[in-house]
This record gives sequence, structure tokens and C-alpha cells, in this order.
Amino acid sequence: MSVLVYAEHDNKALNAVTLSVIAAAQKIGGDITVLVAGENANAVAEEAAKAEGVSKVLLADNAAYANQLAENVAELVAEVGKDYTHILAAATTSGKNFAPRVAALLDVNMISEISAVESADTFKRPIYAGNAIATVQSDDAIKVLTVRGTAFDAVAAEGGSAAVESIDIAKDAGISSFVGEELAKSDRPDLTAAKVVISGGRGMQNGENFEMLYNLADKLGAAVGASRAAVDAGYVPNDLQVGQTGKIVAPELYIAVGISGAIQHLAGMKDSKVIVAINKDEEAPIFQVADYGLVADLFDAVPELDAKL
Amino acid sequence: MKVLVPIKRVVDHNVKVRVKADNSGVDLANVKMAMNPFCEIAVEEAVRLKESGAVSEIVVVTIGAKAADEQLRTALALGADRAIRVETEEDAQPLAIAKALKAVYDKESPNLVILGKQAIDGDNNQTGQMFAALAGLPQGTFASEVKVEGDKVQVTREIDGGLQTVELSLPAVVTTDLRLNEPRYASLPNIMKAKKKPLDVLSADEVGVDFTPKVKVLKVEAPAEREAGIIVGSVDELVEKLKNEAKVI
Repeated sequence: MSVLVYAEHDNKALNAVTLSVIAAAQKIGGDITVLVAGENANAVAEEAAKAEGVSKVLLADNAAYANQLAENVAELVAEVGKDYTHILAAATTSGKNFAPRVAALLDVNMISEISAVESADTFKRPIYAGNAIATVQSDDAIKVLTVRGTAFDAVAAEGGSAAVESIDIAKDAGISSFVGEELAKSDRPDLTAAKVVISGGRGMQNGENFEMLYNLADKLGAAVGASRAAVDAGYVPNDLQVGQTGKIVAPELYIAVGISGAIQHLAGMKDSKVIVAINKDEEAPIFQVADYGLVADLFDAVPELDAKL
Repeated sequence: MKVLVPIKRVVDHNVKVRVKADNSGVDLANVKMAMNPFCEIAVEEAVRLKESGAVSEIVVVTIGAKAADEQLRTALALGADRAIRVETEEDAQPLAIAKALKAVYDKESPNLVILGKQAIDGDNNQTGQMFAALAGLPQGTFASEVKVEGDKVQVTREIDGGLQTVELSLPAVVTTDLRLNEPRYASLPNIMKAKKKPLDVLSADEVGVDFTPKVKVLKVEAPAEREAGIIVGSVDELVEKLKNEAKVI
């Protein structure tokens, strides 16, 4: 067996989710090769080479891959990946974007967002917004998978010494181009990698009130998230959304503030180690999954919590 | 300009599904079915493009059994002009669906294909991208804004770090995210009119696709239940528990 792991990065640094994908690859078994596609992404390749369990790093450095356009990346991955038994990518918006194209180009099925590896051909994955877990088996010669990062403990970022090999494959489909992006700038940790996450829901009432959560987050070194209701109401941008259609998080501590606990939201956070819920409605479903529930007005409880930490 | 909108019949998003006792799947007997919410957003976007004058015809297509005609009629009531159903009794999987869509695409030659980013049953998030690859088309997935300008379309995409805008040459594929628009409800007169709009049925042979599922589902289980914890009486008690019992702060 041989596994190709597609590295997620911003041309400067390796995204930590890739270390979790490598962990999933180790459970499958066989040699692990990491493919880094980007522009001037040499530093990323060097970083990937140090990750535990990696036997080789392939670096495809070309302007066509600078912005991870799915049309270009998928052609590269399909060409490189045809010699492997498994192709793995993170179940991020980037992985979800190009991986199905790879599978279609190779004429194989794809298995999305695996949460466990049972064997080299059998995997578990959530369906129906996490209300059921399916165990599925594929007999395709090449298995194309996306991996839910929070379901696998990351391998060590240091200690490996794989060789980096440059590959000169330029695939520019020429049918799409990057126009621009608006990325949220924050000094707080990344939502999916943070040890503590504080999320606000519709109970926050407006965007200004999220300031309370940002203050508390800075005290705890936490990331700030939100429910779909809060995002839809325009309180905070979409990249803060935690839930089945947003980000899946599994921190050590998850604090849900003014969140009722719709199934959609629970699917994105119920694997957190410790869950705290603060809500004035004692009937809110969030209390059914919370380790510690506090029935209180968040506008009293959050400032008090902030003061006492 | 013609738009093709593939849609899917799924369990209504308000239904809390239960896993069958024999772990063979989820129990769909007698549960309410509806159009997948992301597909509703796709139909709405197509209708808005038509209302803006950018689009002249909307064709909706689904892959499934006769019962899915109900969702096609809903799409027709919302403003689609014609419907196509590719007939199969199988629980078709994304690659096969993408191949069937490719066959319909070749027949219809639309300029734009708009579909939901994922269906809320399988949560695969694959069909649009697979179809785009098979047809050699560019894609704008997880769209929160779509602007057609001449022979290009600009798509703003919801990505993990924020928003990204890409420009695609037409024909192109767009998959919808939640904030692209708010779908309308069908009016009673439009529901009546929809009954007279054309709905064609194609067989699996006519599109040349074998819908037998290739990825085997070995079992389906309920997720591990979390045990409900305790209700604390005060912020002080909460801080004490987090520090000394859970040891997370």
C-alpha cells in the first residue's frame, strides 16, 4: 500500500490539519508521501518533510497552484495519485473543493470526511448531519478520501527527515482564475485547532455583544465561534460558523453562550471534551450535551465569568 | 442563456432520523420527504437570474424513482420551465449521479449548472465537483454570491478563512452555500401551473449509467450519546468545576 497525502497550506506554512491527515494515513498503513502543490512553497515542503511518519515529499511548485484552484490541483493530484492506493486530503473547504474532481478524473468513487479507519478499505463517516455513523467499504483500486481532522490525533510536527523531491508537472486548465479573497485577520488561534472555543448564538442579540466573548477568549487563549443562527443574523462572518455545514471542532473546552443547540450545531461540536452551556432557557437542547450547564442571563454570567478568571 | 439545476429528494430537514434496529440504514418509512435545502437555494438562484433577464430557460433534473417527481414539480412551481427525471430505483451514489448529469448536460448544452453543495442525507459534497470534472468545466463551490458577466461568471465562495472570489469561463458549475439567497415559497397559482409544465423521464440505459451502488454500506449506527452533565448554580461553581474537576482552565 502507498498513501498520497495532499498538504494544506498557504504557500508559507503547513496547516496543522495535514498532521491529522497523516495520522489517518498511518492507520491505513504503507508508505506515506506528502504532495505539496503551491507557488514558492519550498518552506511548506521542508516542514512536511519533518512530520512524523512521512517517507517522501513531492513539491509541485508552479504559479498554477498558487491559489489552490480546484481545476488545476485536481489534474495534478490525479496524475501523481494514479500510482498510489490511497489519496487523502483534509475535509476542509479546500479538500472538499478538489478531491471529488480527482476521484472523477480517476473514475473512482470517493468517501467524504472519514472519522475512523477500520481497515485499508473500510471507513466510518458521519451522515445525516452526524445523526448516524455509516461504516462503508470501497473496492476501488484507488481510494480517494477526505479526512475529518478533529477525529485523528495529529502526528508530531518534528522528528522526521523525509527527502523533498521537486516534480515538474504544470497543469493549468485555463478555465478559472483567482480574483481575490477577504480573509479574517485574527490573533486568536484557529477555530479548528484551538484548545478552547467560545461560541455565541442568537442570544447574543447583535454583533457588538460578541465583544464580550472576544474579551473572554483572549483571557483563555480561545478561538471564537458562532451558531448558524448568529451568522445568518449577520452578527459575525460565516467563517466563524460551527456546525455540520460550518466548521467541525473538538477542543478540550467548548463554551456555548446563548446557543439553543440545534442538531446542525451539535453536529459540529459534540466531540468536544468538556462542554459548558450558558443559556437562560433551561429547556434548551444544548443542556442535554453539556457537562456543565448554567441557567442564567448571558449578559450577567459572561462578564462575571470574565471577572473571575 | 440556459441553466440546468440538478436537485435531490431527501428526508425533510426537520425530521430527526432514527437508525434502524438492524443497523442496515436509517428508517425512512413514513417520514416526510422534501427538496434538499441546498437544492432549493440553487433553484432560487436560477429563478433570480431569469428574473434579472440573464437567463431565458431553467431546466431541473433529478436522478431517482417516480416519487421524486414531487420535488421536480416543486421546482417547476418555483419558476423552472422544464423537468427531467432519470429513472432509477437504486440509491444512486455521487459518481454515478455525476455521470448521468454529464449525459443530460451533453443533451441540453446549458451555459450554467447550479446545484446544492451537498445533500443533507449522505452529506457527501461531491456531485457538483465530480460532474464539473467529467464535463471539463470550471467550478465555483460553496457560493455566497454569483454574478454573470458576459461569457464569465464571478463566484464568491465561503472558505475556511473567509471569502474567496474566482472567475470562471462559461459554461461553468456553481454549488450553493446557505447564504447565497433565501428561497421563496411557491404560490398556489404557480403550483397549479406547474402541473402542466413538461416533465420528461429518461431511463438509466438512455443516459448509459449503471446506478448500482459501488461503495458498500456495511452498517449504520447511532452516534455515541453524550451523557448530560450537571447544572451548576452559579458562575463561582462553574469556575470551580472547570478548574478542579474538569481541569480544563
